[in-house]
Amino acid sequence: MIALVGYFEPWWIQIIKGIVIFAVGLQLVPVVLIAERKLLGRFQGRYGPNRVGPYGALQPLADILKLLTKEQFRPSTSVGLLFALAPLISILTAVAAFAIIPFGDAQDIFGTKVGLYGIDVSIGPLYLFAFGAIAFYGIMLGGWSSGSKYSFLGAMRGAAQLISYEVSQGLALVGVIITAQTLSLTGIVHAQAGMWYFIPQFFGFLVFLVAGFAETNRTPFDLSEADAELVGGYNTEFGGGRFASYYFAEYLNVLVVSGIVTTVFLGGWLLPFGVHPPGWVDPIVVLFKMSLITFLFIWIRATLPRLRYDQLMSFGWKVLLPLATLNTLVTAILVVATH
Amino acid sequence: MSATPPREDAPATATATLNVSGWSPGEDVIEVQRSPAPGATRSAWRTFRETARGLKTTMARIAEGPSTIQYPEEKVPVFPRFRGRHKLHRFEDTGLEKCVGCSLCAAACPADCIRVVAAENTPENRVSAGERYAAVYEINLSRCIFCGYCEVACPFDAITMGHDYELSDYDRGDLIFTKEMLLAEPLERSPLRNEGE
Repeated sequence: MIALVGYFEPWWIQIIKGIVIFAVGLQLVPVVLIAERKLLGRFQGRYGPNRVGPYGALQPLADILKLLTKEQFRPSTSVGLLFALAPLISILTAVAAFAIIPFGDAQDIFGTKVGLYGIDVSIGPLYLFAFGAIAFYGIMLGGWSSGSKYSFLGAMRGAAQLISYEVSQGLALVGVIITAQTLSLTGIVHAQAGMWYFIPQFFGFLVFLVAGFAETNRTPFDLSEADAELVGGYNTEFGGGRFASYYFAEYLNVLVVSGIVTTVFLGGWLLPFGVHPPGWVDPIVVLFKMSLITFLFIWIRATLPRLRYDQLMSFGWKVLLPLATLNTLVTAILVVATH
Repeated sequence: MSATPPREDAPATATATLNVSGWSPGEDVIEVQRSPAPGATRSAWRTFRETARGLKTTMARIAEGPSTIQYPEEKVPVFPRFRGRHKLHRFEDTGLEKCVGCSLCAAACPADCIRVVAAENTPENRVSAGERYAAVYEINLSRCIFCGYCEVACPFDAITMGHDYELSDYDRGDLIFTKEMLLAEPLERSPLRNEGE
């Protein structure tokens, strides 16, 4: 199937690409961390962290160092192997999903054609949903294996949330796939050369964004870790490096969802008004659009209160699912009628 | 309006549903709006509008800028009558202490934090303006409740409440302020609030 993508890269370029994307991805997470804390501060009329380093820029480093030097605590009621495995699942799936975000078109670097993405899988969105679904095992196993009732409740909420939102999220992308007539993410970007998909697929965009908030466990859908009622939910019993892994995976997931929204709805590396900059601008454009979506994530977090559990369920099944289905149907009919 | 209106004045719906035992709720009936409002479109629009209003509210906080006072660098100025750490005073012309060791402050202190031991002034060793002076004057600031009764009790205005409020220390013993410490000017002065500030 890889032949459908159009070219092969030499094996050593793939390895270098893997290292570069991994390194860049991991450097982006602390940036999002400090950006969120600074912005939340500003949204609440305060400065946010500003003591560690210039303008508090080294705060994430201090946080992570503190977490890593803490004791690896394990409750006596926990299930050992799963307790150690669950944070790893979370972080692994987040990094794996990050690999498919295209940061630019295929470029000529020293005479070799290199795509500015980890892999261009011919089943792009399916790959994303597969890892999104596995990511919930990290939450569910983590909550269950803690042997604590708060963690367990958080895990159960996470599971119910997954079922309610994955369906709508998938259906929201079906409209795009029908319009673009390809499952490859670079193909979807190329198909947006005329018009970015958030205009013709506006409802798909809205549904995907809302479901993205639910998938990343961010406010207003952070029920599985509701600190006010569940004392942290699935990660109550986790401390030190394991908690850092969950924390890290959450912010990497925010980046992944921003990247997918950018790629699928905001035209990826394309610029409006027919501007065609040289190839090295592509990653900057993608990162700029991703930062806009990440800003929206933080803005929403500063604004909206957490939904009640039954409100979340009824919103998922009674509003998002019909909207996504209707969007898919109308798109399909229009595409068939115009061809 | 009368407290108990006649039954025929009551709304028809209320009497039809609630008039069980001859009592009419009349004007006490209020219509409870159950959420979400009927009509899915209207309710969706309302949700969207209210979300946008909330987003606008939080964005306005960014435009407003932070209202933080960066404490160790910036300090809130105190009011002139702020009751901070005590000060003992001397006469400005003679340099003699105002305190005569009468122990009225210690008697007035509800927290029992002032200790005064008086001694006689002699012509060779003249410390205060009166007959006696305070040989020992200690205030235990870990007990003091900053009520200001000592200031009120003092007949010579020898002790007043100052403006210092940064009184934390690493050792409880360091919080017992002796006469020399209370007579000396504070090392760092707290900012004083100006007129009308």
